[in-house]
Amino acid sequence: MSNTTALHAKHLEAGAKMVNFFGWDMPINYGSQIEEHHAVRQDAGMFDVSHMTIVDAKGPQAKAYLQYLLANDVAKLKDKGKALYSGMLNEEGGVVDDLIVYHFDETNYRLVVNSATREKDMNWLLSKAEGFDVTINERSEFAMIAVQGPNAKEKAGTLFSAAQKEAVAGMKPFFGVQAEDLFIATTGYTGEAGYEIMVPTAQAASFWQSLLDAGVKPCGLGARDTLRLEAGMNLYGQDMDETISPLAANMGWTITWEPADRQFMGREALEAQRESGTDKLVGLVMTEKGVLRHGLKVKTDSGEGVITSGTFSPTLGHSIAMARVPSNVGDTVEVEMRKKWVTVKVVKPSFVRNGKSVL
Amino acid sequence: MSNIPTDLRYAATHEWVRSEGDGVFTVGISEHAQGLLGDMVFVELPDVGDAVTTGDDVCVAESVKAASDVYTPITGEVIEVNADLEDSPELVNSDPYGEGWMFKIKAEDPAEVESLLDAEGYENSIDEE
Repeated sequence: MSNTTALHAKHLEAGAKMVNFFGWDMPINYGSQIEEHHAVRQDAGMFDVSHMTIVDAKGPQAKAYLQYLLANDVAKLKDKGKALYSGMLNEEGGVVDDLIVYHFDETNYRLVVNSATREKDMNWLLSKAEGFDVTINERSEFAMIAVQGPNAKEKAGTLFSAAQKEAVAGMKPFFGVQAEDLFIATTGYTGEAGYEIMVPTAQAASFWQSLLDAGVKPCGLGARDTLRLEAGMNLYGQDMDETISPLAANMGWTITWEPADRQFMGREALEAQRESGTDKLVGLVMTEKGVLRHGLKVKTDSGEGVITSGTFSPTLGHSIAMARVPSNVGDTVEVEMRKKWVTVKVVKPSFVRNGKSVL
Repeated sequence: MSNIPTDLRYAATHEWVRSEGDGVFTVGISEHAQGLLGDMVFVELPDVGDAVTTGDDVCVAESVKAASDVYTPITGEVIEVNADLEDSPELVNSDPYGEGWMFKIKAEDPAEVESLLDAEGYENSIDEE
C-alpha cells in the first residue's frame, strides 16, 4: 500500500499521471511535463512536495547537535528564519542525505530532508542526537507546496492574509517565516524565485485549489527533475549517495572547514579526501540530437566517468547532464550514445537561472 | 481509455498502419505508445529510399523519459517521411494518428497488412501488458 499526500485527490481530479515515487503515489505530470516546465520558467507553477520530511530540532543543545551532525555550520545562521543547505555525512565522508535547515534561534531549528530516505534519515537524526539535550520531532501534520516561477510570489501572495503579506514583505532568498497558519519560505528546487509553503494538511486541498484559481499551473515530478537539473541542483541517490564524497558532488561549498576544531560527522574522512583528491561533478552539454541519460559511461583523457543525471533541457532545446569525472577533465569528453561515441562539451554544472541560459 | 481507431491496423510493438491505396501505407505510433513515452523531444526518421523488412528498427522516438525504437510493420521501400517532426516532435503526442505520422512505405506485398492486428486485437494486446 503506497503513501498518499493530503493533495492526492486533487491530483486525480486534475487527471494527473501517477507513479510510485519511493513508496509515495505522486503525479509525474498532468499532461505535458514540458508545458509544466515552461510554466515555471515563464509564469508560475506548483508542486506537491508534501512527501518530503519536515523535522524540528529543539532544545538547549540544538545548535551543538547540528554543528556535529552537518558538514555546513549552523553557527553561520544569525538572522531569524535564515536557511542553510548542507550535507549530512557518515564516518566515511559519504552523503547520508542533503537537507535544508532553518534557524529560528539557537535552541530551535527546522530541517527538511528527502522523502526517499525518510526512515534512514529519522534513524540517523535520532541516533546522532544521543548525548545532546535536543528533541527531534517529525512534523507530519503539514503538507508542503512549492510555488515557483517569475510570477509565483505575486500569484501566491493573493492568498495571503494581511499579516502573512507583511511577514514576507522584502524577505530575501533562503529565509522562512511562520505567519499565522502557514510557514512560508523563499526556497525552491527550480532556479526560479518563489515560495515553499507548509500548510496544515486539513487546509491543503483548499489552498491548492486557491492557487489553481490564481492561475498557478500544477506541475509533476517530471518537470521538477528537468527544472532542478537545468538549475544545476543535485538529486540525492543520483548525483550523490552514501558512497560519494560531497567533494565529488559539487558540494564543496557546503562544507565549513573553519573553525578547524569543529568536529562534525565525517570530518576526518573528508580531510583525507581533500588531501588525496577526488573526482568532480561537471556539467555536460550536447547540442546534437539525442538525450544524455543517467548511468551512461563517459570517457576522458584521464580516465572514465559516469553521467549521474541527464535529460533534455526544455529551456535550451538540447540535452544537458551532470557527470562525475576525474578532476583534471578537459574541455570535452566522449559519451557512449546508442553504441556510438559522441563528443560533448564540459561546463560548470549550472545551465539555467531565472529563465535564462547561463551557458 | 486509449483511443484506438478501428480503421487502422496495428503491430504489437505499438505502430499503427493506414492504407493510402496503391500499396502505400502510412505508419506512426499509437496514442497508447506516446502516452507511455511522454513528451517527445526528438524523432530520428529513416531515409527516403531505404529498403526495410518487417521488424527492422527504422526510427527512434526519443522522449523526456526514454529512447524507443520504432519498427516497420511492413516490408517495402520508404517513400516519404514526416519532416515536420524535425522541428515539432510534439506532434506525435498531440496528434499521433494525424500530423504525428512518421513515414510512408510502398509495400512489397500489400496483403501483408492483413496479418497485422485490428483495433480489437491491439486493445487486447495492451490489456495483457
